[in-house]
Amino acid sequence: MRDVVQVDAEVIATRRVGAYHHITFVAPGVAELARPGQFVALSVGGDSSANLLRRCFSIHKVSPSGTYGGTVDLVISAVGPGTEWLSGLRAHDTTSMVGPLGRPFPLPKEPVATVLVGGGYGSAPLFWLAEALRERGCRVDMVLGAATESRLFGVVEARRAADGVTVTTDDGSMGHRGWVSDVLPAIIADHGVGVVYACGPMGMLKSVTDVAAAGGAVAQVAVEESMACGVGVCMTCVMPVAGNDGVTRMVRSCVEGPVFRGDRVRWDAFEGGVCRVPEDALGATAMRAH
Amino acid sequence: MATDTIGGFDASTELGGIRLPNPVMTASGCAANGKELQRFFDVAQLGAFVTKTVMLEPRSGRGTPRMAETPSGMLNSIGLQGPGIRAFCEQDLTWLKARGARVLVSIAGGTAGEFADVAAHLRASDAWDAVVGVEVNISCPNVANRGQVFACDPTTSAKVMTLVREQLPRDTPIIAKLSPDVTDIVSIAAAVLGAGATGLTMINTLLGVVIDTDLLRPQLGGLTGGLSGPAVRAVAVRAVWQVRAAMLAGQIPTAPIIGVGGIATGRDALELVAAGASAVQVGTVTFHDPSAPLRVRDELTALVRAKGFSQFTDVIGIAHERIARP
Repeated sequence: MRDVVQVDAEVIATRRVGAYHHITFVAPGVAELARPGQFVALSVGGDSSANLLRRCFSIHKVSPSGTYGGTVDLVISAVGPGTEWLSGLRAHDTTSMVGPLGRPFPLPKEPVATVLVGGGYGSAPLFWLAEALRERGCRVDMVLGAATESRLFGVVEARRAADGVTVTTDDGSMGHRGWVSDVLPAIIADHGVGVVYACGPMGMLKSVTDVAAAGGAVAQVAVEESMACGVGVCMTCVMPVAGNDGVTRMVRSCVEGPVFRGDRVRWDAFEGGVCRVPEDALGATAMRAH
Repeated sequence: MATDTIGGFDASTELGGIRLPNPVMTASGCAANGKELQRFFDVAQLGAFVTKTVMLEPRSGRGTPRMAETPSGMLNSIGLQGPGIRAFCEQDLTWLKARGARVLVSIAGGTAGEFADVAAHLRASDAWDAVVGVEVNISCPNVANRGQVFACDPTTSAKVMTLVREQLPRDTPIIAKLSPDVTDIVSIAAAVLGAGATGLTMINTLLGVVIDTDLLRPQLGGLTGGLSGPAVRAVAVRAVWQVRAAMLAGQIPTAPIIGVGGIATGRDALELVAAGASAVQVGTVTFHDPSAPLRVRDELTALVRAKGFSQFTDVIGIAHERIARP
C-alpha cells in the first residue's frame, strides 16, 4: 500500500494569523494517510521557478472528508523567497505537494498526563496531537511561547484543545514574561506529567529536553532542520542522534525524524547555527582521514 | 536484456557491451540507494540505478549546514556520507538486486589503493550479478595530494583506473566520473580511457561558495560545496560536446559518455544526448520532483520518437553533424 502521495494541491482558503499565513489545501490522499507530527514538502515558485528545493511544513490539521475532498492545513512564516511565494498564494492557485512524510509523534499506550510545548508557529501540529491524546484519556496541558504576541500561534485554539494553557512571551506582551522553560517545571510537577511533546527552534527543544529529564518525563521533540527534498535522498537535513545501541549516527531528520526522543539528540553538537559531527559518531574517524 | 519498445520505437542503449532497455539513470548522491524513491516509482524501470558513492569504511559525512539554495540550483557539502562497502553490499545492493534493478555502483577512495579495495569487495558480493557497471568517482579529495581531487590530474586519475580495472572482470564497464573544474577535460578523458576506463560520466558538481549576508560568513559548514541543478546544464553540455568532438576527430579513443548535469526534463536530456551522451542521469531535480527520473525517461523517449527517429541510438551525438556555419 502506498504511504505517500505526490499531488497538485489546490489552495481553497488563506488567511493571516498574527505574523503567519494559515493555508488550507485540497490534497487528495495526503489527509487520509497523515498522522500528527508528519509533514509535507511543497514546491515553490511555479513551473519556471529558480527555487528548486522543496519547503517542508509540519501538518497543522487534516480533514479527510471535507466538502472539497481531503484537505491539509499548514502554517507558514514568510522569511525567504519560497515562503513569501507560498504566502502570496490565493484561492485556486496550485502547487505540488508530497506527503505525508516523516515519523509521527508516538502516542502513549497508557492514559498519562502530557504537556505540549510550541515555540512560535512550532505549535501548529500540537492541536491535532492534543485531540489524539485526549481521545486516549491523556490529560493535555499546552505551553505556547514566542518572542512577542504576534508570533504566537493558536492561543484561542489551545483553550479548546487542552485542559490547561500557559502562554509565555520574551517581551511580556502576552502571558508570562520569559521562556517556556520557566513555566514547564511546575506543570510537570503539578500534574505528574509522563511525556512532554515539543516543536520549535533547536534551543527551545534542548531546554525542554533538560526540563523534562529533571522532572522525570520523556521528551518527544519535532525538529525544524532545513531540508532540500524531504524524502530522504539529499542527505542535507542530518543531525547527530544516538540509537538504541547507544551509537551516535548522523541521521536524516526527514525520514528518521522529524520526531526524536529528546534525550537521544546530541545537543552538545549544536552551537551558533552550525552542527558539528561528534567525535564518537559512527564514521567520524573516516572523515578525519580525508 | 529487455528493451523498452513503444510503438516500434527502440529506447535501448549500449554502455561498453552492456545493453540497457532505456538510457535514463539516477545520478549518484541524488537518489540514496533506492528504497526512498521506490515509494514513488519502480527503480527497476530505469535504464540503471546509480548508487550513492561508497567508500571502504562508514563515513558520517560533514556537519551542517550542508546545503545552500542558489539560482536554479544548489550547493551541497555532504562529505560522502555512507555505510562503507561491506554494509552497502549486504544491505543496499542486496535490496536493489531483489527488486530486479540494474545497478551502476559509484565508488571512491581517499587513495588510489582504497578505490581498488572497494572494487574488490564489490566484486566479491553475493549481489554482484545486479551490477551492470562501476562508476568511479574521482572527484573526491586525494589524501596524498593535499586534498586536490583526483580528477584534476591526468596521472592520478589514470592510476585509479588501472588499479580498479585489475580488480574487476574484463567485461565489467568502468565509467570514470569527471569534474568540469579542470583546464582541459579532454586530456583527463584521454588519460582515464588510456588506463582502462570503458566510458565517462560528465559532469560532477562545480565547486562554489555561498556567503550568508546576514551573518557575513560562508553559509555551508564545509565552506565550499558542489554546485548542481539546471544552473550547470550548459557546462555539462559543453563538457560532453568537447569530449565527443575529440573522439570524432580521432584525438582520443571512442567510448560511451553518460551525460549528467541539470537535467529537469526530457528536452534537457536530449541536449546532452545530441551533444554525444549515450545515456543520461537525472540528479538534483529529484529533490524537487521525486518522480523525475522516470518522468524524464518517458519525456525523452516520446520526444525522440516524435522527431521521427525509430531508435534512441540514432540521436546520440547528432548535433555534431548539424553544425550551422554562418
